[in-house]
Amino acid sequence: MIEFLLNGRIEKVDQFDPNLSILEWLRTKMRLTGTKEGCASGDCGACTVITGTADQDGRTHYDAVNSCITLLGSLHGKELITVEAFQQEPRHPVQQGMMEKHGAQCGFCTPGIVMSLTALHANRKDGTVSHEQILEALSGNLCRCTGYRPIIEAGQDAMVKEWTPDTEHPAAGMAPGSSESALSRIHQNNITIKAAGGARYDAPVSLEDLRSLRRAYPESRLVAGSTDLALEITQQLASLDHLVSVERIPELKGCVLEGDELVIGAATTYQAFRASLCELWPAFDPMLERLGSLQIRNRGTLGGNIANASPIGDMPPPLIALNAILVLDGPDGQRSMPAEEFFLGYKKTALKSGEFLHSVRIPAPKTNETLHIYKVSKRLDDDISAVLGAFRLTITDGVVSDCRLAFGGMAATPARALKTETTLRGQPWNDHSVAAAMNALGSDFSPLSDVRASASYRLQVAGNLLRRAWLSSDSLPREQLTVTDYA
Amino acid sequence: MRKLPLNTPTPAHTAQGLAGHSARHDSAWKHVSGQARYIDDLPMPEGILHAAVGHSQQAHARILSMDLEAVRAYPGVVAVITAGDVPGHIDIGPVFPGDLVLADDIVEFIGQPLFAVAATSHEAARKAAKLAKVQYEPLDAVITVNQALDKELFVRPSQTQVRGNPDQALSEAPHRLTGEQVVGGQEHFYLEGQACLAEPTEDRGMFVHTSSQHPSEVQKLVAEVLGLPIHEVQTEVRRMGGGFGGKETQAAPVACVAALLANATGRPVKYRLSRPDDMIQTGKRHDFFNTYDIGFDDEGLILGANIMVAGRCGYSPDLSDAIVDRAMFHADNAYYLDQARVTGHRCKTHTVSNTAFRGFGGPQGMMIIEQAMDDIARHLGQDPLDIRKRNLYRPGRDVTHYDQTIEQHVLPELLAKLEASSDYRERRSDITRFNQSSPVLKRGLALTPVKFGISFTAQHLNQAGALVHIYTDGSIHVNHGGTEMGQGLYIKVAQVVASAFQVDLERVKVSATRTDKVPNTSPTAASSGSDLNGMAALDACEKILAGLTGFAARNWSVSPDAIRFSDNQVQIGDLEMPWETFVQAAYMNRVPLSSSGFYATPKIHYDPKSGKGHPFLYYSNCAACSEVVVDTLTGEYRVLRTDILFDAGRSLNPDIDIGQIEGGFVQGMGWLTTEELVYSDDGQLLTTGPATYKIPAVSDCPPDLRVTLLPDSPNREATIFHSKAVGEPPLMLGIAVWSALRDAVSSLTDYRFSPPLDTPATPERVLNAVTASQAWAGKQQEAS
Repeated sequence: MIEFLLNGRIEKVDQFDPNLSILEWLRTKMRLTGTKEGCASGDCGACTVITGTADQDGRTHYDAVNSCITLLGSLHGKELITVEAFQQEPRHPVQQGMMEKHGAQCGFCTPGIVMSLTALHANRKDGTVSHEQILEALSGNLCRCTGYRPIIEAGQDAMVKEWTPDTEHPAAGMAPGSSESALSRIHQNNITIKAAGGARYDAPVSLEDLRSLRRAYPESRLVAGSTDLALEITQQLASLDHLVSVERIPELKGCVLEGDELVIGAATTYQAFRASLCELWPAFDPMLERLGSLQIRNRGTLGGNIANASPIGDMPPPLIALNAILVLDGPDGQRSMPAEEFFLGYKKTALKSGEFLHSVRIPAPKTNETLHIYKVSKRLDDDISAVLGAFRLTITDGVVSDCRLAFGGMAATPARALKTETTLRGQPWNDHSVAAAMNALGSDFSPLSDVRASASYRLQVAGNLLRRAWLSSDSLPREQLTVTDYA
Repeated sequence: MRKLPLNTPTPAHTAQGLAGHSARHDSAWKHVSGQARYIDDLPMPEGILHAAVGHSQQAHARILSMDLEAVRAYPGVVAVITAGDVPGHIDIGPVFPGDLVLADDIVEFIGQPLFAVAATSHEAARKAAKLAKVQYEPLDAVITVNQALDKELFVRPSQTQVRGNPDQALSEAPHRLTGEQVVGGQEHFYLEGQACLAEPTEDRGMFVHTSSQHPSEVQKLVAEVLGLPIHEVQTEVRRMGGGFGGKETQAAPVACVAALLANATGRPVKYRLSRPDDMIQTGKRHDFFNTYDIGFDDEGLILGANIMVAGRCGYSPDLSDAIVDRAMFHADNAYYLDQARVTGHRCKTHTVSNTAFRGFGGPQGMMIIEQAMDDIARHLGQDPLDIRKRNLYRPGRDVTHYDQTIEQHVLPELLAKLEASSDYRERRSDITRFNQSSPVLKRGLALTPVKFGISFTAQHLNQAGALVHIYTDGSIHVNHGGTEMGQGLYIKVAQVVASAFQVDLERVKVSATRTDKVPNTSPTAASSGSDLNGMAALDACEKILAGLTGFAARNWSVSPDAIRFSDNQVQIGDLEMPWETFVQAAYMNRVPLSSSGFYATPKIHYDPKSGKGHPFLYYSNCAACSEVVVDTLTGEYRVLRTDILFDAGRSLNPDIDIGQIEGGFVQGMGWLTTEELVYSDDGQLLTTGPATYKIPAVSDCPPDLRVTLLPDSPNREATIFHSKAVGEPPLMLGIAVWSALRDAVSSLTDYRFSPPLDTPATPERVLNAVTASQAWAGKQQEAS
């Protein structure tokens, strides 16, 4: 049985199908229909709800998430807030703003937008929210009617206003000053759900329990944020027999600096590791801002992005470029390997039966090392990369003493451009060498044409990204180099 | 038609929320609190079943056999039907035959429904529908416009509009340019997918809740597939979660399938399409292949034009005849073509039947002349804005190539105003300077006009009905034939009614559109919603008012001239009483407090044989100035600023109109930039969800967006309170972004080369334009 708070009241659910999404459960079992299905793939945000998770200090942190691709089982010990919590007085400033600015036309995306902005309102520090934060909060909410301007303005208006519900309000925990988390009443135990049809869901709370489960059920599927795995359920209509959740295992979560390495637990969400990683390597920040949407980054994990071994995952190329080390864990204990050795083929990894990703060890910058990460996609927000280039360059006295050039979208796996690296290594870091390296890329890669880009575009852009790296180190500032930074 | 006074000054004290006031959307609170109900949110009736269909996996094939045993055997499946189980008509083509509710012998696109399943859950129905074993005999498939043009395969005959002798004008012109373009299609991506709920009623009838822009057509087609008279079927539309044209004809097949299954099982059936099914199964905006051959003088003034537009219609006519017509009507956009020939082809392909989408072919037609404007400017070394301004319709050059005279010349002044308010000239020189010194990023600027014809080109659709009731407490209830899809039609019509009676808006309620309240309605389309339904509602109000005025004059023995309705009061000579008191008195005296209303648009006619007529009551006019920045290394870009000046006439609701304008602009920008429909060579749509089909997201909204309504510009036609339509025209303002992208790329050749840029102008296509421009510049250098 799982237990969680739904709009302020304790909800207990047992014997449910582990494939059940929060959205399906809300709409079909609870008939709470304010939360909408727009795509069932986590790309439109109409299904956005807010989940509250207890922090270590006992306060609840609120995240906007896509309920269509978040599994019901993940709610154990959490708080779930839906738009139905906001059907009473006092109206939330976000709702007030949306009404005053004509932020809703057809209204179908609106509950999701209200949820996204309400979560931002609850998380805002000192009552100040930047324009960029509003855009970030809305990056996963598509609206087909308004063109967004009134929604952005509604957000701006709302963020400077307080919301003071009484303590009985279904979302009272989101109000400022509500110190104690209502979640303390809810157990933090191991969970095993067996559905009537035989499907099973496990959510252990310790690494040891995870190892035993993996030993006993090596065929079980691991799930963390389910931002990718749930697509098998909602898009391919698969029914997964046995899911083992890693999201409640403390050993797999968090970031720590160990010597000159940043160690990130495999089940750490993008939002949770972003600040630490970007402090070490600021080049990640503009890419992470565009990786998925905030809803996705609130749920998606580093380990998930690596272990699903997609050729267009955005984290593997920079990890390969940095020669990050992956720590694998399993029934036979831990082992480590460089990130680039992990990817054996299209969606194929070095994980053995029963193994799982434990953590990623990312080296800190050394002298003369720079990192460039460039994501290219059709749309700036929430779009899968056509090409992602990640280049770690060591320039010593104007010469490329070392380089690691890794790409996504160029091959069946995230991959290094080894021949190009050879062309560049030992050469003066100048226009001429870069041109030679760009030419060499054709011998490293024969990319595919697909819905995102043609092979020739991929090859041309991959080279041009190298040129961009050169130009940026040749003193062209980012605001003259990328449209995202141009102001 | 009574001539409406052009100047109705607003009195100091007036009722609240009348026409002209920026009242909020009537569902605003319900929207923001999740209480607005869409089809899938309705309470589920007892015994409800859920529908899904099985899809053709072949673009063009004969069905040899269809084994549905596994479908029938799937747990939860209650009924499976095929074409043979349809009791009435099987062809549900909305205008011309050609659309089968379920395929019988031949399939003509990948995704065509073959059979329908009713099961106890949505999931069971979808999973079961995948289990059919179908054998096909493949037939030759035609997928693209150009393949269809080569084979001269059309769903409807080609049409031509000719004025004068374009061939002679072209051969004699001092300058002559030719060009071609591919204009991509567009998925509607209404956030609420197609959905309906069909419930059997007594007498074998059916009640259908549908998410449709055309409830009367749903009613008619459901009756036809069931073999019933229309009066046995009623439909209701409370609201849609977006329509954009995609629910004009495309909601009916969904409703027909649900009704057939409800009829077969005797149980209510809900059919809502998952996003991929919706994208595969339902029609989209037509992609076009267009060409031009244009002659002009040294100043860029057009002397002759030969324009061809060809749309990919898909496998059936649907609305394509009118859509390609509208592309032809807008191949001039805002410009006088002089000696001109415009030819339009309706290409048949083995792909989903394309359909209405905001602009209805107009945008695709405009694209070719806008490309020509840029090309002429580059050829002559002039600013494209000067070429556009020079060619605008103006007195003396005011007759279109289809013989309609432009009577109200709004654009010359509107463009001049926007040019000034957007600082076009200063920014043009800033940008040129910037581009000379910026090695990677290039900025571009464009100011493009839109002239869009208002009226259905099918004359009979230009009619509307309404039903207005006043209850004894003075509250008012309105129904009309229009549907609410977010555009604010209900609130605008409510404002019209409040204005007619001069009572507060809150006294007026517009409720769900139902075929048993207002019959034989036209689709809510062609930007006509408030023009038609506002007038029909006003007509109903005026009928009631005539009765009330007569009653008051008799009852209180005053002249009808001495009776005034204002500020929730009724003045009868020296007597003044509250509205509700007066209504009570009327009721007690057995005066009718209810009336239907009707409106038929005057003046319009068109003869397709001669290609001449007056198809539009008037034109909507607007313009946008957009600035972009382009990365010449990747083709990525951003819109930096957009200024829009829009003529909404005397706006019924300025804020609602601005919402339409901004939303239309961004939708048009998406159509021309990131929204790419990709088909495989064998006709399979590969972009079947928002993961691969990218509509604009929040960061795509220009950070600096300035939208202004043109002041003091009442419609000269007697439209509802002299407002002007606002639904579709702003979509075409997105052309400014496309033109600005070309402008930015053209800077690589010092604006001498006009780079080809098919749409959608994805970063890839922009980079191709960059590469072409660099190659052109390289050649010039070699030559010199």
